[in-house]
Amino acid sequence: MLSRVANSLYWMVRYIERADNLSRLIEVNGQLLLDHERLDSDRLRAFWKPIILSTGDEELFGELYGAWEEGSAAVIRFLTDDRRNPNSIVSSIAQARENARMVRDQLSEELWEELNSLYLFINSREGEQLLANDPTRFYETIRRATFTFHGIAAASISRSEAWEFMDLGRHLERADKTTRFLDITSFLPEAEVPTNGSATFHWTAILRSCGALGAFRAEHRGEPTEESVVSFLVFSREFPRSVRYCVERIDRNLHRISGAPRGTYSNEAERVSGRLLSELSYGSTDEILAGGLHAYLDGVQERFNSIGAGMFRTYIQVRDTGDERPPIPAASMSSVVAWQMAQQQQ
Amino acid sequence: MRMFEAYEADGFFDEMFAAGGEVRPHYRALLERFTGLAPDDFNARRAACDQHFLRQGVTFNVYHDDRGTERIFPFDPVPRVIPGAEWEHLEAGLTQRIIALNLFLHDIYHEQHILRDGIIPRFYIEEAKHYRPEFRGMNVPKDIYIHICGSDLIRGGDGTYYVLEDNGRCPSGASYLLENRNALKRAFPHLFESLGVRPVDTYPRELLEMLHHVSPHREGEPVCVLLTPGCYNSAYFEHCYLAREMGIEIVEGRDLVVMDDFVYMRTTKGLVRVDVIYRRIDDDFLDPTVFRKDSVLGVPGIMRAYQAGNVALANAVGTGVADDKVIYYFVPKIIEYYLGQDPILPNVPTYLASEDSDRKYILEHLPELVVKAANESGGYGMLMGPSATQEEIAAFHDKIIEDPRNFIAQPVVSLSRSPTYCDGIMEGRHIDLRPYIIYGDDVKIVPGGLTRVALKKGSLVVNSSQGGGSKDTWVLK
Repeated sequence: MLSRVANSLYWMVRYIERADNLSRLIEVNGQLLLDHERLDSDRLRAFWKPIILSTGDEELFGELYGAWEEGSAAVIRFLTDDRRNPNSIVSSIAQARENARMVRDQLSEELWEELNSLYLFINSREGEQLLANDPTRFYETIRRATFTFHGIAAASISRSEAWEFMDLGRHLERADKTTRFLDITSFLPEAEVPTNGSATFHWTAILRSCGALGAFRAEHRGEPTEESVVSFLVFSREFPRSVRYCVERIDRNLHRISGAPRGTYSNEAERVSGRLLSELSYGSTDEILAGGLHAYLDGVQERFNSIGAGMFRTYIQVRDTGDERPPIPAASMSSVVAWQMAQQQQ
Repeated sequence: MRMFEAYEADGFFDEMFAAGGEVRPHYRALLERFTGLAPDDFNARRAACDQHFLRQGVTFNVYHDDRGTERIFPFDPVPRVIPGAEWEHLEAGLTQRIIALNLFLHDIYHEQHILRDGIIPRFYIEEAKHYRPEFRGMNVPKDIYIHICGSDLIRGGDGTYYVLEDNGRCPSGASYLLENRNALKRAFPHLFESLGVRPVDTYPRELLEMLHHVSPHREGEPVCVLLTPGCYNSAYFEHCYLAREMGIEIVEGRDLVVMDDFVYMRTTKGLVRVDVIYRRIDDDFLDPTVFRKDSVLGVPGIMRAYQAGNVALANAVGTGVADDKVIYYFVPKIIEYYLGQDPILPNVPTYLASEDSDRKYILEHLPELVVKAANESGGYGMLMGPSATQEEIAAFHDKIIEDPRNFIAQPVVSLSRSPTYCDGIMEGRHIDLRPYIIYGDDVKIVPGGLTRVALKKGSLVVNSSQGGGSKDTWVLK
């Protein structure tokens, strides 16, 4: 498989997964806000800031929206349909589609159509109106489309290398988002740190943001607590969004791509994933909480980055001794490149 | 359905109706089936076609648009029908033409007999924009230069077919031909029943067989790739479509690397040797070490690999000299010179601005003529005399005097018309035909081709960039 194609498949699925997670995060917290009585701007800020921090885009948000005068509306716009935010839902879907366009020949027609329809929808007037009038249904539409996307992919893509790169992208993004949502408590200002009554409320919201409330209840009696939620979202062997589950998949994907037996490694990405997996297999919630949840999650996120970077070095950035070429700006196309690409065809 | 009731041929050659208003025999069954459709039903099916194209992303990009707006290439559901015998005539003419053009290119890039014998003045070749003298003496695999040719055909007032131009570099549009057929079959299946419409879906297989045929390596199955300028190209959909249908990789320049005069692609399993490249980028951008230095789309060193005979390119480098509109003038002579035959398909009468008497005639008759730049495509660089303003005519007048080698002129051919759906009723619109001729082991032409239609009333310009659409093309058994 072409390295560029593998890279595009991987990012296509990452962006789909990102849109799905973000839409759940916004919806859950938007609803949560309804349960509060009127909040002044300080309280609103205390409510949303951890959420922005959890997406890692607080700097850009500050640049674009500076003051918090607009309150919730600004946050929601920033995360949902602000095209200036490369990680907003709308931008994520656009980037997923852009990557899909580059590898269209690899995708089944149905898969492309599903993603393209979603893209056309969010850029249509109906899409804009739905977001304005019935946001719940807007976010639901996005989640359904991403589920349908994964379903079509599962039913139509051969379990070859292409699939492994896609599955790797999905689980890496998913695991990363689970750790970030769990981390929301860490950013709460002192006054907001959940205690007893409000804690239940808070941990329930985190479970719902991870789409995990139903699965959690099936396994744990009683109200969610820090211990039980961390244990579930980090260590569950069965829940498909837990860190343990995702890392198991990541490790399997990597070994299927390289052909190296599980339990050994042939590149840096496999070394990091294997080691992380065994830590998750033998670790405990007590240890995590003793060392501090935030520090732990930070460390795990760094390992995800190493896995992504290791994968890139091994499979995408193939070394060669060929002739030098003018460099192509990777992320965004310069106008010169766009112009050259747009050459008239006969 | 009453949509045909007020239909008028307006004195043009109409594909469906003969001069007396009588439906032509090869359209009879089709017209009956259309007439049996209720207008609502017809509209719903037409909308389903458009939806299909949009969802499928059968679109071309509108450049310089922030939201990356894409438009579908408008599709008209009334097919253009060609009777079997008529097609045999076209097939024979197109086959003759591609064979002659390939012999011509081989000669031009080797001994140049045709110039020595004075059939074509040397000046015209040496001044041709796409002539590549540096490749003289080089042998290309199987001596094939134009592997895929799109020779545009038009019909005049009496129904005679003419060749309007040859596209011998990177002709595009074959995917629209295939997708038009798919869309029409999905939306109007009953139109096809037992009419004996010849299938077109053999095209990708024949294209792949041709690519295999020109592989420079004998052992194992050749690795073929399609080289695209990238996803911002207006024909990117087509590149993906054809690559997927053929089951070959679609690559960008940055996916390829040249080492020791062999071309490799970068894969997750390391470098893999490439034998044949179906390139959809212009010569100018192929190799920044040979052609344009600023090309970021090309592959440094690829020309070295090509000259060493280690990789085949389809189409070959330098074929543009054959589709220069000045050289077009000489194609009938080229056919006679190399094949000793009379051309089966005539050219449109053409005046060369560099010939003194022709130039005089052109300059005196600009308001009646179509003037074309020798090396433009997509309907650019053209003057339509009868509909041009005084200023436009004056501007072309100056351009022709300044650079006569770059211009030709032709009388306006009043292209044939076909019934086309326009706002609730059928009206005649002008059409042309682009067949796709593949030259590999043998010459293969997919039955029919892409019928392009000028959707603007009275317009004679069918290019998609200028308000054109397309139709499905049926060749009957």
